[in-house]
Amino acid sequence: MQLEYFQMIDRISAVDLDTKVLNAHSTVPDESTVFEGHFPGHPLVPGVLMIETMAQASGILIMHTINFEKIPLLAGVKEGKMRDFVGPKTELEIKAEIEHEGSGFAVTRAEIRADGKRVANAQLTFTIKPFPSPDLQETIKAQVADMKKSG
Amino acid sequence: MSTFDKVADIISETSEISREEITPESHTIDDLGIDSLDFLDIVFAIDKEFGIKIPLETWTQEVNDGKASTAEYFVMKNLCGKIDELVTAKA
Repeated sequence: MQLEYFQMIDRISAVDLDTKVLNAHSTVPDESTVFEGHFPGHPLVPGVLMIETMAQASGILIMHTINFEKIPLLAGVKEGKMRDFVGPKTELEIKAEIEHEGSGFAVTRAEIRADGKRVANAQLTFTIKPFPSPDLQETIKAQVADMKKSG
Repeated sequence: MSTFDKVADIISETSEISREEITPESHTIDDLGIDSLDFLDIVFAIDKEFGIKIPLETWTQEVNDGKASTAEYFVMKNLCGKIDELVTAKA
């Protein structure tokens, strides 16, 4: 997990296209410039980055269902809850599940657990668009492949 | 409850539009001012309610290509007619 680069997912351990569920893992870094401001002397992962983590897990899952032909972009967050504080070195388990596959959009439910306890969850809506460039498509495919190798 | 009543209820529950404003002649975009994000929420709710998948991408493409007017798909009475067709086709 590199907060400054919005690289929120370290490893993908499972993608089940029958149940449409993805499981992933990340470790919060010990140090980050984000923690210098959030908060001085009391480092916490910002809630928006917890949402981003769930969005990335969901987005990767959606891309698997459409063979990485388009890119899902976060369009809505509902019932977003940050249930506990998350600090440096925390091991996170992320789960994303597709609730609905619409035409040009998808809705997921995602959660993050730390030490077995749910620390965040949300329902997320994505609009699904063509990739703006083939380069980005290939970059994302390669990044996801690396995450799966590490899983 | 008619398709129109179900869809109108969904729209009023999903957006800030009062139920009384919504008529069969209402254009969901031009008259009711539903934006693209609210429309996704509404389509999600309609898909779930009726057990269908509204072909929103196809409709949007047809409008963008000039093959259809927005009214054909997005005026309430026409939208409800399309929903009924999708429900019948699924049965």
